[in-house]
Amino acid sequence: MVDLKRSLELSKIMIDESVLKAKLGLNVFKPGKDAHIKIRPGMEKDPRLKPAVRLCPAGLYTENQAGEVTLVIDGCVECGTCLIACGMEVLDWNYPEGGVGVQFRFS
Amino acid sequence: MEKFDAIIVGAGLAGLAAAYTLASEGVEVLVLERGDYPGSKNVTGGRIYLNPVRSLFPGLWEDAPLERYIAHEGVSVMGTSDSIRIDYSGDELRNSRQSYSIIRSKFDRWFAEQTESKGAMLLTRAKVDDLVIENGKVCGVLTGGDELRCNAVIACDGVLSLIPRKAGLSTPLNMSNCAVGLKEVIALEPGAIESRFGLDGNEGAARLFLGQVTSSLFGGGFLYTNQESVSLGLVIGIKAAAEDMAVSVPELLENFKKRPEIACLIKGGSSLEYSAHVIPEGGCNALARLYGDGIMVAGDSAGLALNIGFTVRGMEYALASGHYAARAFLKAREKGHFEAADLKLYQDYLEESFVLKDFRNFRHAPEVLDNPRLFSHYPEMLGSIFREIYTVPSGSKGNLFPIIKKHMSAAEVWSTLKDLWSFQKL
Repeated sequence: MVDLKRSLELSKIMIDESVLKAKLGLNVFKPGKDAHIKIRPGMEKDPRLKPAVRLCPAGLYTENQAGEVTLVIDGCVECGTCLIACGMEVLDWNYPEGGVGVQFRFS
Repeated sequence: MEKFDAIIVGAGLAGLAAAYTLASEGVEVLVLERGDYPGSKNVTGGRIYLNPVRSLFPGLWEDAPLERYIAHEGVSVMGTSDSIRIDYSGDELRNSRQSYSIIRSKFDRWFAEQTESKGAMLLTRAKVDDLVIENGKVCGVLTGGDELRCNAVIACDGVLSLIPRKAGLSTPLNMSNCAVGLKEVIALEPGAIESRFGLDGNEGAARLFLGQVTSSLFGGGFLYTNQESVSLGLVIGIKAAAEDMAVSVPELLENFKKRPEIACLIKGGSSLEYSAHVIPEGGCNALARLYGDGIMVAGDSAGLALNIGFTVRGMEYALASGHYAARAFLKAREKGHFEAADLKLYQDYLEESFVLKDFRNFRHAPEVLDNPRLFSHYPEMLGSIFREIYTVPSGSKGNLFPIIKKHMSAAEVWSTLKDLWSFQKL
């Protein structure tokens, strides 16, 4: 019951995912071999990760029922918000390799 | 092993300005850029002020691919369901062409070509992974497994400042001195842009939005007209957004676009791109140490961006700091030494220039702007006052003065005076 209430609350503040996906689909994004940002192993439930769920402009962080935060890197705009909000202790944060990742054409 | 005179990390405005200045003096300079092309990783709200940097790059600006010169300034205070807008235009804006809207992927690419034509070398798709440090002195970089050596590195790697950090020159970045900016570039016919914003020819408009657009959090909205698009976005303080559990950052931008004041301006437009970036907003107190043995730090990487409410500036500081870092390098080169004591000249140049003078003049800006009343209370109150002034009821209309008096209790007057008093520090 508590979980249901919580996920209802979460869904209320989350943007319609398809809108965000469509916007990210406008960008040129070159996937790399390896994710350039990783949640450090064992840190998935760390409270320092939680703000990224609401702050990531690309909506790449989600929190599951178990309270674990997961990250899907595809579509990352390399803004750095998660690094500032969560910190190096919970995130293994690097830029992608050269020539990989988002390539802005109109910004 | 290859050796260069200078290596610059990042082909943004600071890096290219440094390379342009060095190459113009015949220095063998290499610029390393991790993107496919200069500008491919860069995000700006969209306006550059030329006056402070015109003379630093003579002859550069005539052909620069800038968008529209800003002849119309506007600021809107947004309540939940109402807004008040003030527009400003004047002959000096029309004649001096002090600021232009800008698209970085276009401008930086062009600036890089000018820099290469001066003799600088540019290597794209090259991420710098580490610095080569010997006996405490930076003497090169590691990129893609290759070691490239040089007399000094100029780090222009952007706000996260990962490269200076490796030399212990990090900016004290944290949630309270950073904002996140997000923007959409929306294509529109030039004719539609000109009629919707009341522009004549290549005139442009800049609009700021305060209040409910950021869910009343620290920050604001912006809109700049480009030649064939508008740049629409928001800037939000990261700490404020992290603490307000009801806020989803991407959703704020969607809600902003749906506001009737905005929807009519972008109607029929098609989105071209969605971008975002962290912005350093700590001002004077969040600057990096600007130099060390064999290294200087310029642009956002040094924390050189300044929010003073009505203007948020970074690109001029990037251009100027890159230029002065190059000038300090040239002096050090005459002596053949690139230790911290030799590169200190960079800081001296910045202190004498508009860059650090601006930062000192506006050293109190972050604390003055860190006032929740500016982003929630005043926008809602002004909206209520104007709503009551403009509304004509079916019956008789009350007198106007009591409306204002109702909102201006003794406590309110006192708080307002206190806020006004704080503005004297700006």
